[in-house]
Amino acid sequence: MGSTIIEKIIRNNIGKEVHSGDIVTVNVDRVMIHDIFIPFVASKFEEMGFTKIWDADKAVLIYDHLVPASQVDDTRHFCIGNAFVEKYGMKNIHRADGICHQLMTEAGYVKPGDIVFGTDSHTTTYGCVGAFSSGIGYTEMASILGTGTLWIRVPETIRVNITGKLPENVMAKDIILKLIGDLGADGATYKALEFAGDTVENMTVASRMSMSNMAIEAGAKCALFTPDEKTAEYCGITLTDKERDLAGDADANYCTVINYRAEDFVPVMACPSNVDNVKPVSELAGREIDQVFIGSCTNGRLEDLMAAADVLKGKHVAPFVKLIVTPASRKIYREAAANGTMAVLAEAGAIITHPSCGLCCGRTGGILTDGETVIATNNRNFLGRMGTSKVNIYLASPRSAAACAIAGKIVSP
Amino acid sequence: MDKFTGKIWVLGDDIDTDIIIPTEYLALKTVQDMAPYAFSPLRPELAGQIREGDMIVAGKNFGCGSSREQAPEIIKALGIKCVIAKSFARIFFRNSINNGLLLIENDRLRDNVNEGDEITVTINESIEHHGNQYPITSLPQNLVDIINAGGLVKAMRKLNGLD
Repeated sequence: MGSTIIEKIIRNNIGKEVHSGDIVTVNVDRVMIHDIFIPFVASKFEEMGFTKIWDADKAVLIYDHLVPASQVDDTRHFCIGNAFVEKYGMKNIHRADGICHQLMTEAGYVKPGDIVFGTDSHTTTYGCVGAFSSGIGYTEMASILGTGTLWIRVPETIRVNITGKLPENVMAKDIILKLIGDLGADGATYKALEFAGDTVENMTVASRMSMSNMAIEAGAKCALFTPDEKTAEYCGITLTDKERDLAGDADANYCTVINYRAEDFVPVMACPSNVDNVKPVSELAGREIDQVFIGSCTNGRLEDLMAAADVLKGKHVAPFVKLIVTPASRKIYREAAANGTMAVLAEAGAIITHPSCGLCCGRTGGILTDGETVIATNNRNFLGRMGTSKVNIYLASPRSAAACAIAGKIVSP
Repeated sequence: MDKFTGKIWVLGDDIDTDIIIPTEYLALKTVQDMAPYAFSPLRPELAGQIREGDMIVAGKNFGCGSSREQAPEIIKALGIKCVIAKSFARIFFRNSINNGLLLIENDRLRDNVNEGDEITVTINESIEHHGNQYPITSLPQNLVDIINAGGLVKAMRKLNGLD
């Protein structure tokens, strides 16, 4: 019997064969804590009686949800975080460099085969480089900081094969939304997703990241892509044989296998107010909108901003629509400025903000009110996430979002 | 703790953590400060109506969404004895165990109860409602160990020789 990617990663970590359903204790390679939860992690860590971090260099603290502070109380999180870093000798801290998930891969904190936990549900993102990464709460984070270990139930794996060439107006976001719609919001709960096929092999790491990022919206524990030359280039490494071997075996035990033909995908949106309420854009066309948000750890990368700029070039946002663009990191911000993307977006009427989580978590600008509609490229459209509970949030690809901004209504890209 | 009776509040499928506690209240200082806003996007009056010993009965995928651990902490702070749902989201499940909030999976109860009904829970055995018994499964041993220690913080304090 062969192994799935997640079984191989856990086997390599603990040094013995594992199968889905086994409960094992893994050695953690890296942890990520963000600003919202650092006060809770810090207090639980000390309440547990720990006096040192098991390996301070393996811990990363990132300020992103509350950056820059928009309420006086936000500053408390930074003060506690700064004091924690100082007290326990942590070196890896980012105070205004971008969104945690973007930085974890971009700044080289995660490599193929690593086991990583973060205090954010979208920690599944690092599966884009073949790492097992998952979100946890602050109490478990505090216990990892003390022990360097965590118990895990080895998950079953859903294999998703995608083959063929995607239509021009379809992005990775449309694929993952379609999959979440097909699986349902709990369709992959406790399970690993494993992506394969020439369509994903031909994708950039950035596109894979959009997909692994949203795996949690189907309940998944993690979402894995096999490391390849693109991964190696992105991570700035040469792949070892062990890293190359992180592919699902043909005779591995999958609980479900799903096959898609790339040609069959169309632009889709997740409609209010569940991520699995997915419909083709063509069925939603004509609905008037008030705002568009392009950004987040799902779709705030350079290729996303460039896709939006490609649609917006030489055109202008509808007069009653606010288009908010939030790059996912400072590096992306610089690159988009250097290659002219920012200029195109600004000329089209975009409000370009500093890198951060921004509107995705309902902070730092762009809050909406009852009856308003926003087309957003982030990962959640839950009630009340971007203002009042009567805001209509539609999740879409950057290309779809940009087309809607110009039209002032939902249109196919 | 082995057996208890209480009034139930009934909720639907996919009760996400943004509903349990919206992001805008997460920067409040304590879980007690946040508790009045629990479930506010869906039912703003609910947090004020819940009494000590009440239970929540919900549909599938309860606690889906973000990793915010305030979600189970707030439910516990409101006095909720346990949450019975058709299924739970993964991170919420771990967070609840780590904070000593009891979760019970049962796929039939939700569709046979009305809000305000009384139920009796016998841990690791069954739920009783209007004379009907709903069998429940027991938790895996490693989770029982955490709950028996009084939650993960206490388990770690023990590890560090403090308690």
